Amino acid sequence: MADFVQTLETALAVGSLYALIALGYTMVYGILKFINFAHGDVVVLGAWISYTVAQWCLKRLAPADGPPLWLGPVVLACAMTVCGVLGFLIERLAYKPLRRAPRLNVLITAIGVSLLLQNVGQLDAVFGSSPVSMPALLPNPALVRMSFGGPGSSEVVIGLVDATIFVTAGLLMLALETIVYRTRLGAAMRAVSFNAETAALMGINANRIISFTFVTGSVLAAAAGFLYAMKYPGLNQPAHTIWVLLGLKAFVSAVIGGIGNVRGALLGGFVIAFVEQFGAFYISSNYRDVYVFALLIIILLIRPTGILGTPYREKV
Amino acid sequence: MPLLEIHDLHVAYGAIKALRGVSLNVAEGEIVTLIGANGAGKTTTLRAISALARPSQGRILYGGESIVGRPAHQVARAGLVHVPEGRGIFLNLTVEENLELGGYGRRDGGIEQERDRVYALFPRVKERLRQVAGTLSGGEQQMLAIGRALLARPRLLLLDEPSLGLAPRVVQTIFQVIREINQAGTTILLIEQNARMALQVAHRAYVLEVGQIIMEGAAADLAASDDVRKAYLGVHG
Amino acid sequence: MTAAAPSPVAPVQDESLLRAALKGLVVPLCGVAFAFGVWSLEGRVLDAYDTVTAMNIGVAMMLAVSLNIVNGMTGQFSIGHAGFMALGGYTSGMVTYYGSLLLWGTAARQGGPFGAGEWLFAASCVAGGLVSACAGYVVGLPSLRLRGDYLAIVTLGFGEILRVLLQQTNRVIGSREGLAEAKWRELIPPPVGGAVGFNGLPKYTNLFWVGLFLSLTVIFAVRLKRSAIGRSMIAIREDEIASYSVGVNVTRVKVRSFVIAAFLAGVAGGLYAHRIGVNIEPRDAGFQRSFEYIIMTVLGGKGSVTGSMIAASILTYLPEWLRDFDRYRMIIYASLLIAMMLLRPQGLLGSREIWDFLPWFRKRRGTAR
Repeated sequence: MADFVQTLETALAVGSLYALIALGYTMVYGILKFINFAHGDVVVLGAWISYTVAQWCLKRLAPADGPPLWLGPVVLACAMTVCGVLGFLIERLAYKPLRRAPRLNVLITAIGVSLLLQNVGQLDAVFGSSPVSMPALLPNPALVRMSFGGPGSSEVVIGLVDATIFVTAGLLMLALETIVYRTRLGAAMRAVSFNAETAALMGINANRIISFTFVTGSVLAAAAGFLYAMKYPGLNQPAHTIWVLLGLKAFVSAVIGGIGNVRGALLGGFVIAFVEQFGAFYISSNYRDVYVFALLIIILLIRPTGILGTPYREKV
Repeated sequence: MPLLEIHDLHVAYGAIKALRGVSLNVAEGEIVTLIGANGAGKTTTLRAISALARPSQGRILYGGESIVGRPAHQVARAGLVHVPEGRGIFLNLTVEENLELGGYGRRDGGIEQERDRVYALFPRVKERLRQVAGTLSGGEQQMLAIGRALLARPRLLLLDEPSLGLAPRVVQTIFQVIREINQAGTTILLIEQNARMALQVAHRAYVLEVGQIIMEGAAADLAASDDVRKAYLGVHG
Repeated sequence: MTAAAPSPVAPVQDESLLRAALKGLVVPLCGVAFAFGVWSLEGRVLDAYDTVTAMNIGVAMMLAVSLNIVNGMTGQFSIGHAGFMALGGYTSGMVTYYGSLLLWGTAARQGGPFGAGEWLFAASCVAGGLVSACAGYVVGLPSLRLRGDYLAIVTLGFGEILRVLLQQTNRVIGSREGLAEAKWRELIPPPVGGAVGFNGLPKYTNLFWVGLFLSLTVIFAVRLKRSAIGRSMIAIREDEIASYSVGVNVTRVKVRSFVIAAFLAGVAGGLYAHRIGVNIEPRDAGFQRSFEYIIMTVLGGKGSVTGSMIAASILTYLPEWLRDFDRYRMIIYASLLIAMMLLRPQGLLGSREIWDFLPWFRKRRGTAR
């Protein structure tokens, strides 16, 4: 029972990270109808910027009794800002010139941007090509202790770090949900996603909406990168497979939930995390990636547009 | 000075020339209709005016200013509002959101006034505000499309086939509303396949054939002309 | 552009069957001659290092040309080509390695040029191709229901699953006795080396076999492009719905393109696995490797066989040349890819072939696009 609850807790934490990243994939797909492969690399950048800023600040401050509490939010804000700007630039420089090109070309460009970000990040002048350890910005006292069975049996602990991840991710998702479904801007985003041309007839500047979408997605990715670094402080070099897999799983989450659908991305993130974590615990952790991709293929075959996706209609 | 002036407009899709030198003008306060067969270039003309299609040649003046080359959203914000073919409803949004987007480009506030007017014109739209627009019937969608355009407070309203696919009764309502909108001061450029109805409601008309204007005049005169009667009104002999 | 496009073949009424057969053999024989030609360069013109580079280029060309059948000609988007390559490579490796153990008691090289060992190797490459082709059929099947990006994702999932599964395989068994005494759990999953790769394979790949399989692949691809199936593939790429409406069996043609491409990739995998100095590893199945082949086809031009070959050789040679800049290699690749999409999205040759640029040839052939 303790194992079950512990796995559940991990799945929720990982799931909220996947969901945060998946949102970026799904929003871009919703509007521009292509897979932004470079999105996963923005997450990596978010994590590494968090590390760089945190390291720099700690060196400057050299606090005697652990890092101050305000440092976490400052680091997060820095990562979000840099990634937001980067997302804006990527769209402007690489994707916007291809607005009328075939989707395949945009997809290939996205792959190019992804490879570029990974490998530029690996340069010594940028982040370097060796793993680092993210400094702890928060103490990690146990907030909740649950023991199961009699005394001496295993217990489940939820620490401050995990709780922070839940709260931060939850707040960001709530904010995005509000923007997309409760504001005029969000209505405009959904309108552009439905039909950009008609949206222009409403006086909506589609290019601005697209930029906003990229910035929002990248900001969320930066937050995911930051939270990831908090939870798993051993940061691998930017082109490491582990990052690629993180991005891929988030992307799979978006597809499973129904790509283009914001709520679907949230659902997909948690579904993927549950399948991965429970599969890893109860079957074999060696095959955790296989569960994810097998689930992807099964869902695509049963429901080609994902769980919450609207049925695909071919225009003739 | 007419509100809209088009001189020698050419539009091509690849090698196909859709418009070959169309000139027309619309004065403030008028209803002008453009009639013609399928593929004559009616929709292309409207698309060129609202900047959805790029002319290869020609001038478009709106209120005396050239609008060729401006992005579509700026043209819309200048009060030149286009209700596209097939109504252009965002089926994934609610009726209310669709209406709100009509006023998206407005910076002056005061949307409430237009909104009340739309509710008065189309009580059925008001009943369905919370519904997803995809659940509306064709007639309701057309009402929503026109209502949404009114929220932008248009100076010139471009209507592309508002009667397409609608039941005769609904068509009557729509044309009644078009007349009311015009009487309240909005200039209208109307495209219709239903030439009979269009000529009844319009002040002036142009006949478009294979990308060129072949006839123009007061709507009543055209409706009485033999050529138009044979070709577009289905009257033989 | 339909399946019924008239073919320029003249009627063969008064030609004897023998002559027709001979005529059909001419081109493949040219391939064999080419294979002997490049092989004769080995050790004379090319030193050992150059030979390895040349083999790598040849294998890369096969993979790029085969991927171009799916991505370029048919207009689908597969991100799992390396998966087919690795599947073929591992299969072929199992055939030569365990075949050698069973036949000769040792996995070492058996016989000289054209000795028994080399024929076993050639057969193993074909076997690898066949297994890959089966996988290609299975992966191609979702194209019944999926299109575009979704299909791309399924192929990506295929490659990734394969990569993970290969990591979990058993250790290679070293001797015939070991094989005889092996328990089930040492054989399933198959003993192909797990995460460290399939080590101990006899290194049969040389320029002759690369040249032979490469020329057969290229001949096949060029002929395919001009055949009825090839035309229907191009039709699907240009407009799927229009192809349906003129009677192209879109699903069947798509699945076929997957099967063909997978077969060729599997054969190339066999060559890849038996190269000197390197083992085939699970990460060879991953999508990063697939991206390299995608880049080649994109650079070469969609559906251009010769274009893919040129791109494959440039991109394989470039890193050798830029050895010192190894860390900039991927940056250069990536920038190249982006620049290409922005400036010349149709690729080096577009969908034309190199000979379409030679005026006399173009005149003779009419406009073969």
